[in-house]
Amino acid sequence: MYPRPFHYHRASSLREAVTMLSQLGEDARFLAGGQSLIPLMKLRFSNPSHLVDLSFVPGAAYIKQERSALHFGALTRHSEIENSATAAMLPVLHDCAAGIADVQVRNRGTIGGSLAEADPSGDWATVLLTQETELRCLGPSGERTVPLRGFITDAYTTVLGHDELIQEVIVRIPPPGSGGAYLAFKRSAPVYPTASVAVQLTMDGGVCKDAVITLGCVGLTVVRSEGSEAALRGHEIDDKAIAAAMEAARAAADPQADMRGSVEYKRVLVAALLKRAIEIAMRRARGEQVEVSHIYA
Amino acid sequence: MPDIFEKVAIQLKVNGKTHSLTVEPRMLLVELLREALDLTGTHVGCDTTYCGACTVIMNGAAVKSCTVFAVQADGAEITTVEGLEKDGKLHPIQQAFGDSFGLQCGYCTPGLMLSTLQLLSKNQQPSDKDIRKAIAGNTCRCTGYQNIFKAIQLAAQNTKGA
Repeated sequence: MYPRPFHYHRASSLREAVTMLSQLGEDARFLAGGQSLIPLMKLRFSNPSHLVDLSFVPGAAYIKQERSALHFGALTRHSEIENSATAAMLPVLHDCAAGIADVQVRNRGTIGGSLAEADPSGDWATVLLTQETELRCLGPSGERTVPLRGFITDAYTTVLGHDELIQEVIVRIPPPGSGGAYLAFKRSAPVYPTASVAVQLTMDGGVCKDAVITLGCVGLTVVRSEGSEAALRGHEIDDKAIAAAMEAARAAADPQADMRGSVEYKRVLVAALLKRAIEIAMRRARGEQVEVSHIYA
Repeated sequence: MPDIFEKVAIQLKVNGKTHSLTVEPRMLLVELLREALDLTGTHVGCDTTYCGACTVIMNGAAVKSCTVFAVQADGAEITTVEGLEKDGKLHPIQQAFGDSFGLQCGYCTPGLMLSTLQLLSKNQQPSDKDIRKAIAGNTCRCTGYQNIFKAIQLAAQNTKGA
C-alpha cells in the first residue's frame, strides 16, 4: 500500500520545522516516529501534500530530571522511556511505555507524536492526565507552555495550531505517599487497548488524601472519572469505597461498540481495570515495588 | 494538476554494504529492500504495522519496515535476514529455528529471527516472559509459537559467549 505522493522536507531544528510548516500551508504535516501517521497515510485517511520530518533534528530526544520534574524531549521514543532509569522514578510511566504496542513500534513511536496525534485509543494522554503535566510548545510566534488538561479537545484534535509542535513534555514528580498505576487491556500486543485506566492516589496512612482517575479508549477523548475520585478522596480505601469508584467509572465511561467489544462489555472491563489499578497504586503509595504490564486477552 | 514530487537522494548501509539511491518520498523501507535492493527475505504480511513479517534491524533497533519511509533510513545501518548468515554458515539463530522446528510455512520467520536478534543483543539470558514480550509484535499463523519459544531459548544458549 502506498500513500499518495507527497513532498518531503527534512528539518534540522524544531524552529526550522515550524517555519517550514508555516510556509507550506495547511496541507503540510509534521512527521515524528510515524507509527500512527504512516499507517493512516497508507490507508489514505490522511493525505498531506508535504511532510516535514522531525526525526533528524538533533537533541530533540532526551529524558532528564530538573528539580521536581521529569523532562522528556518530544522526540523521545517509547522504548527509551521504557528503558530509562530516570523515567522509572515514576513507575506509572514505565507501565505505559513498556506496554505500548510491541517492541518494533516502541522503537519508533515518540511521546510527543502520540500526544499531538490525540488518538482516542492512545496510551500516553490517559496516563499523563493523572499527573501534573505541562507541554512546552513551539509555534511561529514563539514558545508557550500549556497544561495537558485541556490540551486535547476532541478525537485527533488538540489546541496546537497547524504549524505548532510539542517541544517538551514536563511531568511533575508526585509527593511521597503518592502512587500511580496504569492498566490497559488488549486483545494482542500490536493493537490499541480495548480499555485502559490510570490512577494516581495520594495517601495519608490508610486514608486517601487525593485521587486522580482517568479512563482511556472509552470516549472520544480521555474520560476523567470525577465520581470515582470522589468515592475515594477523604475515605479509607476499603471494598465499599472501591465498589463505589467502580460504579462511578462504569457510569462515566462513554464507549462505542466495535470489533473490540460492546458498550456494556467495555463498561464492565473499565470498572474491573480500575479495581486492579487502585490496588496497585495503593501498594506503590506505600513504597512497594509492583511490576505491571498491559493485560492481554 | 500534475505535480512534481522530487525524489530524494539517500545513502544507507544494508548488511554491511553501502548503497546510494534516489527514492520517491513515499517509498517504504520494505519496498526499498525488496524492490530496489532485491533483498526479498524481508516479507510484507499485513502491511498495517501488525504482523511483523517485515521486521528489520535499523541502527540496532527492530522496526517494522512497512511503517518507515525509506527517506527516514538515510544514513542508517540495516540488518535484514540476508545479513544473518556469514560465509555460508548459518547464524546461531537460524540454526536454532531449524533445529527446533521453529517454523512451518516460513513466512513470518525472517521477522521473528530479527526480533530474536534484537532480544539477544540486549539480553543473553532471556526468561520465558522476556521472550514472549520480545516477539509479541510478530504473528505466526502456523506453529502455535511453542517451537518458536524453544528455538529462541536454544539460540540464547548457543550464542552465549559467541
